[in-house]
Amino acid sequence: MKPRFVLRAGNPWWRGPLLVSLAAVTTFVITAALIRWSGGNPIAAFRYMFINPLQSKFGFTESILSATPLVFTGASVAIAFRAGYWNIGAEGQLLAGTVGATWFGLHAEGLPPAIAAPGILLAGATFGAAWATVPALLRARLGIDEVVTTLLLNPVALLVITGLLNGPWRNSETGFPDSDVIAESAMMPVVWPDTRVHLGLVVGVFVTLGCWWFIGQMTGGLRLRAVGLSPGAARIAGLHVERTLLTTALVSGGIAGMGGASEIAGVAHQLTIGISSGFGYTGVIVATLAALSFIGSLVVALILGIINVGSFSASRALSIPSTMGEVVRSVLLITVVAALVIQKYKIVWKRREA
Amino acid sequence: MTRSTTPSICLKSIQKAYGATVALNGVTLELKPGEVHALLGENGAGKTTLMKTLFGLTQPDSGSIEVNGIATVIASPRDARAAGIGMVTQHFSLVKTMTVAENLALAEAGLVRVNLAEARRTVEGAAARYGLEAPADAVVAELPVALQQRVEILKALAAGCKYLILDEPTAVLGPKDVDSLLGVIARLRDQESMSIVLISHKMKEIERVANRVSVLRRGSVVASTAAEGMTPKQLVALMVGGDGTEPVVRTIAVAKERAAVVLALRGISIKRVIGGLDDVSLEVREGEILGVAGVSGNGQSELVGVLSGILRADSGNLEVAGSVLGDVTPSMLYRAGVGMLGEDRHASAVQHLPVVENLVLDQLQTVTRLGHLDRGAMAQRCETAIREFEIKATPDQHLGTLSGGNMQKVLLARLFSRSPKAVIVSQPTRGLDVVSTRYVRSLIAAARDKGTAVVLVSEDLDEVLELADRVAVMYRGRVVGIVHAHGLTRERLGEMMAGVS
Amino acid sequence: MIDVIVDLVAATLRIGTPLLLAALGEIITERSGVLNLGIEGIMYSSAFSGIAAASYTGSLWMGLIVAVATGLIAGVILAFLTVTLGVNQHVAGLGLTLFLISISNTVNRILFTSDGGQVRVDPWKSIGIGGPIFDQYVFTYVALFVGAPLVWWIIWRSGFGLRVRAVGENPEAADVAGIQVSRTRYQAIMLGTVFMSLAGAFITLAYVGQFTINIINGRGWVALALVIFGRWNVGRCIVGAAIFSLVNAGQLQLRLVPAFADVPFELLLALPFLAVIVGLAVSGRNVPYPGSYLKPYRRL
Repeated sequence: MKPRFVLRAGNPWWRGPLLVSLAAVTTFVITAALIRWSGGNPIAAFRYMFINPLQSKFGFTESILSATPLVFTGASVAIAFRAGYWNIGAEGQLLAGTVGATWFGLHAEGLPPAIAAPGILLAGATFGAAWATVPALLRARLGIDEVVTTLLLNPVALLVITGLLNGPWRNSETGFPDSDVIAESAMMPVVWPDTRVHLGLVVGVFVTLGCWWFIGQMTGGLRLRAVGLSPGAARIAGLHVERTLLTTALVSGGIAGMGGASEIAGVAHQLTIGISSGFGYTGVIVATLAALSFIGSLVVALILGIINVGSFSASRALSIPSTMGEVVRSVLLITVVAALVIQKYKIVWKRREA
Repeated sequence: MTRSTTPSICLKSIQKAYGATVALNGVTLELKPGEVHALLGENGAGKTTLMKTLFGLTQPDSGSIEVNGIATVIASPRDARAAGIGMVTQHFSLVKTMTVAENLALAEAGLVRVNLAEARRTVEGAAARYGLEAPADAVVAELPVALQQRVEILKALAAGCKYLILDEPTAVLGPKDVDSLLGVIARLRDQESMSIVLISHKMKEIERVANRVSVLRRGSVVASTAAEGMTPKQLVALMVGGDGTEPVVRTIAVAKERAAVVLALRGISIKRVIGGLDDVSLEVREGEILGVAGVSGNGQSELVGVLSGILRADSGNLEVAGSVLGDVTPSMLYRAGVGMLGEDRHASAVQHLPVVENLVLDQLQTVTRLGHLDRGAMAQRCETAIREFEIKATPDQHLGTLSGGNMQKVLLARLFSRSPKAVIVSQPTRGLDVVSTRYVRSLIAAARDKGTAVVLVSEDLDEVLELADRVAVMYRGRVVGIVHAHGLTRERLGEMMAGVS
Repeated sequence: MIDVIVDLVAATLRIGTPLLLAALGEIITERSGVLNLGIEGIMYSSAFSGIAAASYTGSLWMGLIVAVATGLIAGVILAFLTVTLGVNQHVAGLGLTLFLISISNTVNRILFTSDGGQVRVDPWKSIGIGGPIFDQYVFTYVALFVGAPLVWWIIWRSGFGLRVRAVGENPEAADVAGIQVSRTRYQAIMLGTVFMSLAGAFITLAYVGQFTINIINGRGWVALALVIFGRWNVGRCIVGAAIFSLVNAGQLQLRLVPAFADVPFELLLALPFLAVIVGLAVSGRNVPYPGSYLKPYRRL
């Protein structure tokens, strides 16, 4: 008996959500096994991961805080993927953004906050876009695949940070490899009183909504969509495919870089080696789970933020490894992406007749 | 090749639907040994789908295949080959980067050993037996199309097939190669008692070799009779169920005294190992259709490429309204009022975007206000286009869900929406049904009547003869002649296409 | 001076071994038309599972077997996602990498580091004879003198390789010729993961002898780049691996040169990555990707 996948005619509205739910359930089953092995109770762990953060103001706002960089990287990856530009380098671009932001922040003493706040974000965006430039040019001018070039620059960015922190930016007081604290004027103000939720979130949401508006309502957005869906047809219609890819790549890098700046200016206030816990790669998860939609990526970012916070408290309460959250989201990616494809097919079991 | 007796094959009540479209509606067909069975039908009637079912490239939703009366499951080409069925597909199934011998050895390659020696022997054997010559160690990509087709046939023969399905084999051949192929077909039938299924549009060829002919229309068999003695006209009548398509009433273009030359090529050359263009010069005037005829692969694609600004010529000039264009790019030609309808409509429009957006994709500046899409204007244009061009689609429908004919209408609507001075249309009715074909041709004629200069590149001789005012014939990258359509016969055209000047 | 060169060559061979192994595997996979972005994750998880098994059983060979088994399982997952389901290969591969890395780190915590320890074994040593250049690990010799010629032979001379190439160039033609496209791709992917797991296992079971977070550090991506740089040819990949490893080995030497003593060593560590990017840029456009690269095959 061999199963075959046959393309379905139509798609009843409930199939998609049903299969995605199945994917979520599969994720839980797989992760539950792992949790049990580590000596924890899966039900309790999941409660910590998903319910707990929503039960207190602290939990919820920490989730939003955790989601903030993901808002940026999710949008960054989504807009690139939509144009058919496989930017897997959001991690490096975000890190470059943190470098730019730190540089700005360390020299912002004396600037009024009204200038310093946007300034630090712009510095991050500029460095992020700069980091995206070489792969983008190689793709636009020479047709060289951007997957590998953007990927390779991720470890390089981390090396740059390590080099700076072990060298010129070494903390002047403690001598540890983390930078001095940035100027106060450059720090993002808190927007939700008594929490750590900062202006960066608002900026991130705005940027995401801006992307959404751009894609749907503006001519450039239609150009981008056409190039992403069918570069050959776009070219025939006279659209500048390479120019669109280049611009998109730079914007994508800029958004990721701004996300890095947001982390520095809003939360960390200094550069450390562990400043990013894979935000750029998680951005790929966010964008994919949101099916490359921008409104969706806001929702997914929040969900992943909740999981992040939840798995941290689960790890403390139940002594399970804190990396469990990463496992959950990567398994979720795989199962959901599989479900989204499966929903288009019907499985036919054909018996081989003699 | 084992000399087993050829079985008889019966396709029974084959049903196949792609989503909501029914491709085959309970088709029953009987194939007998020692016979050439022609399958006739318009594009989209289901001929290729039916044969793909027989060859295991697709599975029927219901129905069965009987070999010698025994129901046989053909789930893959492997099963088909085991049952003695071979197929030469329309778009060749050859690995272009490999040699002929490697392509032949592919099917029988084990885990470790590749029997190239046997493949070479097969090639020599076939040359001796059927007159099918092919160089065993040549890389397929470097062979001319007719030879590539021979390799395809060799592949089927090497597997010892008794049934050979040929899907539009002469579509890419010139008259001389067609002759030799028909000879091979006859030899295979008579010498080996093979059974050949010939899918074709060419009535003359069917008349020459077919023993039986079956007609498919919209997924059902509407006729199945002995073919001996049928004339092409009778065959067409069978196919369309009428008197044959009435030719578009040709408005003989009133010879405007020396109408202005709109588009001209002077001495265009592209140097290539295979293909290319050799000193091509031609001109199109206002209100005329210049047909470009020729067997596929004689430079038409390159010509279209140059005329649309995608290919850069090594030497020569392109002129629009008398002035030479320096650096020719698609956008420059576009701005100069030259439009293009490419031969691959699936590649010319974005399948996953709705009709309303596809219609304005090449004129976005005209629907942009302050950087935003003027959706109201877009909707209006879409409505007008749907009405004027009789497009059966809604504005928000994704282009990919439209039928071939409607997709082509959308592209034509886009092309003519800005009243271009000149248009280049390439294979405009390929793969379209009869009604759409007529409509598209009338559109082209109407554009010419309004004064547009049209370059019509088509492999369909009937189309060229029907529409063109003058005909340029391409052979091996050169224009071997430009003649007036008035009084031009198929024979003369065929001669020119074969290089006889 | 001679000493410097000798050390350089010796280090190049050592550093290049995992890269070459992983690249060899990816060549086979990509020649069938599939991109395996799980390469980094497979190296990582095989490196971990290998040393974990070795530590528990006390046998390095057992570790090697477990490492390869891990890679095969990962290969099946990727093949199911990309070949059977037709999921976007970038997403499937990256998702797999993220999954394998996170699960390896998690199991590492559970089994070994929760009490602060690192998993360690007594690794395989180099063969111990022949002076600096020839005193390499068995892995290195195997990679260069068995692996590379084997992969070359598989691709260009074996029936399996003929099928892989046909599927990679024109899956429809292969289908018509009676080849099972899906099965061939599954096989190509899994054969590739065997090599990738050997690469990962080499690092923990021989080279370093312990497992640390971030142990692969982007070398999977480098192997990926080498495959493209090498135009899916074994010989060119060896050259590419040699260049990268040479620059990598070189930066260790450069630090000893007084003029470079002040250059932060991180910058020098970045040099090899940058060298690969430059290499890709220089080798230019019109890279002959396999015809069906990234395209799932479906009979309609």
